[in-house]
Amino acid sequence: MAKKETMTINMGPQHPSTHGVLQLVLELDGETVVSAVPHIGFLHRGVEKLAENRSYHRALPLTDRLDYLAPMSNNLGYVLAVEKLLGITDQIPERAKVVRVMMSELTRIKSHLVWLATHALDIGAMTVFLYCFREREDIMDMYEKLSGARMTSYYFRVGGLSLDLPDGFEDDVLKFIDGMPAHIDTYEGLLTGNKIWQKRTIGVAEISAEDAIDIGLTGPALRSSGVDWDLRRDNPYSGYEDYDFEVITREGCDTFDRYKARLDEMRESCKIIRQALDKLQPGPILADVPSVCLPAKQDVSNSIEGLIHQFKIISEGFKPEPGEVYQGIEAPKGELGYYIVSDGSANPFRMKIRPPSFVNLQALPQMIEGKLLADVIAAIGTLDIVLGEIDR
Amino acid sequence: MPEMLSLSNDPILFVSVMLAKILAVFIVVILIVAYATYAERKIIGRMQTRLGPTMTGPLGLLQPIADGLKLFFKEDIIPAQSSKLAFVLAPMMILVPAFITVAVIPFGGDIVVGGYTVSLQITDLNVGILYILAMAGLGVYGIVLAGWASNNKYSLLGGVRSAAQMVSYELAAGLSIIAVFMLSETLSLRGIIDAQAGSVLDWYVFSQPLAFGLFVITSLAEINRTPFDLPEAETELVSGFCTEYSSMKYALFFMAEYANMIVVSALTSTLFLGGPAGPFAGPINLLLKIFAFMFVFIWIRATFPRVRYDQLMFMGWKVFLPLALLNIVITGAVVVFL
Repeated sequence: MAKKETMTINMGPQHPSTHGVLQLVLELDGETVVSAVPHIGFLHRGVEKLAENRSYHRALPLTDRLDYLAPMSNNLGYVLAVEKLLGITDQIPERAKVVRVMMSELTRIKSHLVWLATHALDIGAMTVFLYCFREREDIMDMYEKLSGARMTSYYFRVGGLSLDLPDGFEDDVLKFIDGMPAHIDTYEGLLTGNKIWQKRTIGVAEISAEDAIDIGLTGPALRSSGVDWDLRRDNPYSGYEDYDFEVITREGCDTFDRYKARLDEMRESCKIIRQALDKLQPGPILADVPSVCLPAKQDVSNSIEGLIHQFKIISEGFKPEPGEVYQGIEAPKGELGYYIVSDGSANPFRMKIRPPSFVNLQALPQMIEGKLLADVIAAIGTLDIVLGEIDR
Repeated sequence: MPEMLSLSNDPILFVSVMLAKILAVFIVVILIVAYATYAERKIIGRMQTRLGPTMTGPLGLLQPIADGLKLFFKEDIIPAQSSKLAFVLAPMMILVPAFITVAVIPFGGDIVVGGYTVSLQITDLNVGILYILAMAGLGVYGIVLAGWASNNKYSLLGGVRSAAQMVSYELAAGLSIIAVFMLSETLSLRGIIDAQAGSVLDWYVFSQPLAFGLFVITSLAEINRTPFDLPEAETELVSGFCTEYSSMKYALFFMAEYANMIVVSALTSTLFLGGPAGPFAGPINLLLKIFAFMFVFIWIRATFPRVRYDQLMFMGWKVFLPLALLNIVITGAVVVFL
């Protein structure tokens, strides 16, 4: 009788569907996965360490590059943490808060669109990919109008926003959310009732609620295992308590339910954006805290005091009181947390980021061991990981 | 009525007519292969809200030529650790069976040229279907060898997948054809077409709908098209058995895929849709049927996700095979008792 041999295969870091530079060392018995070990770190840029050598304002652009599919959510987590550290959370103007909510929900849709596109492509449904990217393009255009950049937006600021909304921006957003539910129906039409799609996703990459909590899974992946936990509702920030939305929870624990949950979340996001548009009133976009926020542009141009004020903030930054703070937000992929320690200087003493993808990736080996090679791809897709955030 | 002359009495004429037919069929198939790639990109492009190729020539019509030239001028890499002979032979072993299968497909009735009767078919084998099944079986070797010779784990997995897939589906495909020649009582493709002559309702697609469905689906699996494109499943196995291939060797695989699409479409038209029968001249009818099938194959590719390996095996052995057997039993009962 021949000895049973397994084959070790290096999936990644260069592989079409590991969503970046993830390396999976798979031990295969035929097509069955015996063990899977994720290797990370190929995209490590030392964001946390870099932040220690920059003033608080200048550390903000680094966060764009964490989850590069949802830059505004990353910005939001960081500015909320710094505002909490400074104790100016309740001085943020209403307009800034509403715009922040609106943009982070648009970002959620943008991130989920890329997830659906790549997930479907991984499973072989090519067309959904292009449909999703068509809608994502609209959000990218809005990003560009708002901040000048399509990917790395750098739009929120400690204390508020960098710029006010451009003319006609509300109409763009309204037009988008009016059309979006029909687009989501189109994706569902291609996938949800498709027998092959169901066969590829139902019962695939299951994780129980207990295991999900033990691992620390957050976001849609946790909620699809039946755990009702959403920071937007359970620990509200930026005025989320004033919005009426449903937290999508599903009981299936599998890839199909995670797929349905994310689609429904996109629909809920559209509702939140609509409410935000209703709430949007003219007003200041930066908190009235001169020690932290930049002065208005006309002050800088017209008065020497304004110029000096700007120079001081740009060159020195601001110095929060010594202390530490943690702020978690419900990013598209799960709980994104910033833990910032201040020693009273102008730079953070330590900035620890809790990226949802990093924690969610821990569930991968458990999901795929004993399953087939094709399920590995489905599992990576369903976890919605972004390597920029895992490796930081 | 002038006396019919037989070509076989004049060896020189026989050979030259034969060569002319072979050349004509070869050129047509090559052209369809080239423009099938273009059509696929255009059609899928339109389905996906894109335009497809537009820049090379008017409407991008020169794209296949540009692609061919590009592949031709690329460096031909043979991995150092590969098994060289098999690595070089594999692409040919896929392409050649695909092309020579076309030899037995009738593309029209008899025509009379200068008093000689010329049959619009390269050759009418009396075991035509067996020949086609044999050639389809040979094609598997190409993929398995390519996967094995590349000395790459992804290629190997692709090769193993294709071997399993083709063996399972060839069985169901072969069995679904049996019902057809139980009705036609001949293995010759010409004979099968003659048996379907008459009205449209004589086409076997109406008397054998189950066999037709089975044959189309299993054929999709045999030519590795979506949703059965597991051997090259790009998101799982990078590019499967052709991961290590480049330049013209890769082009051969590529051509073989489309040539196989043509063969399968032509075969399905012949077996179930009356072959060259229809309102126009014979070859045009056949071409139209082939194009219709190819369009459906392309459409399927734009629509469906890929099935999983175990589901593929399950369908092949536990759904399609029993159905094909059942179809044979039913057909047999009908033929004997009615």
